[in-house]
Amino acid sequence: MSFYKLGDDIADTTAPDVPIEQRWDKRRFDAKLVNPANRRRHSVIVVGTGLAGGAAGATLAEQGYHVIQFCYQDSPRRAHSIAAQGGINAAKNYRNDGDSVYRLFYDTVKGGDFRARESNVYRLAQTSTQIIDQCVAQGVPFAREYGGLLDTRSFGGVQVARTFYARGQTGQQLLIGAYQALSRQIDAGNVEMHARTEMLDLIVIDGRARGIVARDLITGEISTYIADAVVLATGGYGNVFYLSTNAKNSNASAIWRAHRRGAYFANPCYTQIHPTCIPRSGDHQSKLTLMSESLRNDGRIWVPKNPGDTRSPDQIPEDERDYYLERIYPGFGNLVPRDIASRAAKNQCDLGRGVGPGGLGVFLDFADAIKRMGEAAVREKYGNLFEMYDRITGEDPYKVPMRIYPAIHYTMGGLWVDYDLQSTIPGCFVIGEANFSDHGANRLGASALMQGLADGYFVLPPMLGNYIASNKFDKVDASHPEVAATVAEATGRLDRLLSIDGVRTVDSFHRELGEILWDECGMARSEDGLRKALGRLPELREEFWRSVKVPGTGASLNQSLERANRVSDFLELGELLCVDALHREESCGGHFRVESQTPDGEARRDDDRFAYAAAWEFGGTGGTPILHREPLEFDYVHLAQRNYA
Amino acid sequence: MNFWRSTIGKKTVMAVTGLLMLLFLIVHMLGNLKIFFGPTDFDHYAHWLRTIGDPVLHESWYLWIQRFVLVVVVVLHAVSAYQLSRRDLKARPTKYSHHQRAKAGYATHIMRYGGITLALFIIYHILDFTTLTLNRHGVDGDAYDNVVSSFSVWWVTVIYIAAMIFLGLHIQHGFWSAAQTLGYNRPSRDRTFKVAATSLAVLLTVGFLIVPVSVLAGLVD
Amino acid sequence: MKLTLRIWRQAGPAEPGRMVAYEVPDANPDMSFLELLDVLNERLTLEGEDPVTFDHDCREGICGSCGVVINGQAHGPRALTTTCQLHVRSFADGDVIDIEPWRSVAFGVLKDLMVDRSGLDRIIQAGGYISAPTGSAPEAHSTPVPKPIADTAFDNATCIGCGACVAACPNGSAMLFTSAKVTHLNSLPQGAPERASRVLNLVEAMDAEGFGGCTNTGECTNACPKGIPLDSIATLNREYLRASLGRK
Repeated sequence: MSFYKLGDDIADTTAPDVPIEQRWDKRRFDAKLVNPANRRRHSVIVVGTGLAGGAAGATLAEQGYHVIQFCYQDSPRRAHSIAAQGGINAAKNYRNDGDSVYRLFYDTVKGGDFRARESNVYRLAQTSTQIIDQCVAQGVPFAREYGGLLDTRSFGGVQVARTFYARGQTGQQLLIGAYQALSRQIDAGNVEMHARTEMLDLIVIDGRARGIVARDLITGEISTYIADAVVLATGGYGNVFYLSTNAKNSNASAIWRAHRRGAYFANPCYTQIHPTCIPRSGDHQSKLTLMSESLRNDGRIWVPKNPGDTRSPDQIPEDERDYYLERIYPGFGNLVPRDIASRAAKNQCDLGRGVGPGGLGVFLDFADAIKRMGEAAVREKYGNLFEMYDRITGEDPYKVPMRIYPAIHYTMGGLWVDYDLQSTIPGCFVIGEANFSDHGANRLGASALMQGLADGYFVLPPMLGNYIASNKFDKVDASHPEVAATVAEATGRLDRLLSIDGVRTVDSFHRELGEILWDECGMARSEDGLRKALGRLPELREEFWRSVKVPGTGASLNQSLERANRVSDFLELGELLCVDALHREESCGGHFRVESQTPDGEARRDDDRFAYAAAWEFGGTGGTPILHREPLEFDYVHLAQRNYA
Repeated sequence: MNFWRSTIGKKTVMAVTGLLMLLFLIVHMLGNLKIFFGPTDFDHYAHWLRTIGDPVLHESWYLWIQRFVLVVVVVLHAVSAYQLSRRDLKARPTKYSHHQRAKAGYATHIMRYGGITLALFIIYHILDFTTLTLNRHGVDGDAYDNVVSSFSVWWVTVIYIAAMIFLGLHIQHGFWSAAQTLGYNRPSRDRTFKVAATSLAVLLTVGFLIVPVSVLAGLVD
Repeated sequence: MKLTLRIWRQAGPAEPGRMVAYEVPDANPDMSFLELLDVLNERLTLEGEDPVTFDHDCREGICGSCGVVINGQAHGPRALTTTCQLHVRSFADGDVIDIEPWRSVAFGVLKDLMVDRSGLDRIIQAGGYISAPTGSAPEAHSTPVPKPIADTAFDNATCIGCGACVAACPNGSAMLFTSAKVTHLNSLPQGAPERASRVLNLVEAMDAEGFGGCTNTGECTNACPKGIPLDSIATLNREYLRASLGRK
């Protein structure tokens, strides 16, 4: 039985056919403009207030559009962009160390394991320098040197120091900058802000996105909002795994509902796993916390040689320890890329050598570093991280080795968009982590913030203007049959969730979904495992709709109902994730298929068969999704296999 | 007017008027110590207080100007305090059912009650030594004997001791608080301001209490 | 571990509320405080009771969503720690723990432990920004910023807007929150052109929301999970005085 249907190929038709460095200029020049005096009369819905959404809302409002913006949090300052620690890349070349727009472009395409669209990535690199200027002007307090100029560092094994940062809270500082710009527009009356309001569905009329159905999370009231275009900036879908480093309420409902309405979902199987997270401590675990991977610069990773060794680490003599990364990858040691470090940890745990609760952890030991550099130097460099670890685990990393384990951290996949960031539904634009556009199969460190802000501040606004200038918008009101039907569907869905009154909580389903996906579609994926998951997931979905228990009513604040609605979408998304992983019989970036590896266990790409982006068309709940391939051409960066052994 | 309407504006008024009163108290306290030079000196000093400025100003004009200024200062201090307190109480109508363990010191905690206590005390003090209404000796111009007569009664001295302890606590928090409110405080100066506040508090409390205690102990009679 | 949680239950903004006691017989010391509530909620759900409503999101101490008063202390007993980063091991077996929402007239209770903190957003909207429309920015290095100033700005910009300062203040004052924003933006050269209007507008908005005044008790800074110093309030006062005296 085939688990998918093959549809027609898809292509981006909006990037101009000129040399890559001229494409963005040409596209902007070709774009139609909206007369500034007319912009007031055009409204745009922006869903989400993270880096991409906040930046887009502020910028569109500054340009004169009427922006209607939504976030499920109580304030637009809380989106999960805020938790990004490391930094933001920009090709400023302030260090004079050979960086350039072209090099950032090149690194990003290569880092993405040749599964990203060159045009988009080049534009991202071009835009990166403007982002830094913009943020500094807003008052973002980046780290500075004593001379008063901006400090940069090299990040994630990149050879140039192009990462700008604000201590370990870069995401927070950038988001506050965007939030402040947005606040200014709210005060000016150009942005109509709806906090604690969650999008339930996308309204599509005559094939174009014209609004959303949303629920006020405090009163439970369901309302429709109509506009000329809809921008989805709702982040990634990492929480499909239940345990991830995403915020607890981060969800995929907005993009999944858009997908159900006709937007193609691209590359869902490209998920990024971060190797240095704090392991789970028990069944109660609700989320995972990431620690900067800079820890691997001085910490040594090891496991006991004997499976099931439960002695405390200081009782395990040196010759009974396996510093497995140093053993397997003598060239890079503990500094191998994220996916390799993650997979190696999993392999050790699969061999029964894992440590801590459930045997799901490996040691990250600073004993040697403390001996070599002294405790004071280690404290100076890693003090904050050690404190965080101590706060969460109650263990002192200066005395006992830390325990770490990989966790889902970022999703490269998302709604398919063209060069204009428009999805396959005209008028529905998708920006930031919610789209699939720039990172291919693997994202480089410090590039997520760059993409969110590039999309929101600089790329989306002119392209949205072009869309508005190129179309006529008939007046639509709530009585329109399509609007009424969408509202009825959204309301019906919530009513159904409330009426089941079953025997299992929402979280118990979410946890089970997460376990299936983590086991079969996590760090290593096999045909057998994926087929097993695809057998179990539809059953789980049906069981959910049969026996979930959602207390309370829809007409008031009801956090269980919110979660149930999100999990119902995750259940469907989980299936597509496995389908995509199963169909892609190669290993690339964050997607590792055990069938596709070199004799020494490295990922093997298959460019002949899979050098394309997989854009999935919704095939109905429980139906067969339809694959549309977007062939990827590499005219500038030449295809090459990476090798770390 | 916007300034007066704002919370920070009112706090500024409180800080400035508080500092003016503090200045007055320092002079007042030093003047009191004159009592140790005997009745002649002290009465002469008391008389001089009424004629400061003479002959530029007519006899007790300066005194009335000072009284007027002090009344304005006290009223401004009290009105701001009252209005801010009302606002503060309204801002937090519900208390926590689990008692909040305050981390701030006692001096901070009792500012409001201390302020009210001091206001009542000032009225009593004026009735005692200015209008002489409550004074046992009560002869205008006999400042020394008036003082001795009041403080010979143990419970009057007790009232004064209690009031001066409140005054000390009020100054201990108030002086540092004024530095904070007027924006003079910095991390580098915080310790200095706190030490200065405590020193001023101790100095004024002890300075004021020496007189009644000495009277009660029979050192001044 | 066996714990007794006495939790403020209130069905809606206009409903009366009360403390209700719940036993959690199987608390694990490694749970976070919010996971303790999760476990309780799972049980309440299955027992057909209304689970406890509380705000939370990132659960790593940075988004500022969570925050409850635990045994009379905003964010609980551990210094520099948000509620989500507090762990059950901070308590002892058999403890009775009181859990209440932030209390301030400006923070109405929406349900149970969830309050309305939109007043803090309105303070920022009144001027807590630098007017720099997208695209108008000069080259980032055109204005060097001395490191100590950049550091001061950063320390104040780390405010997560959780509202613990307001909850801890006996006057329900938002001075620490407001001062952090004024200090962040007014100390930077980029913030200089709007320096006076910013502080005046922010203070006006802060007062209009009904927050109390500052009586320099320092409870705010003690409760602040990000350690915003009391010194920022002195800076706010200084900036306000300066602007009121008409200096640009």
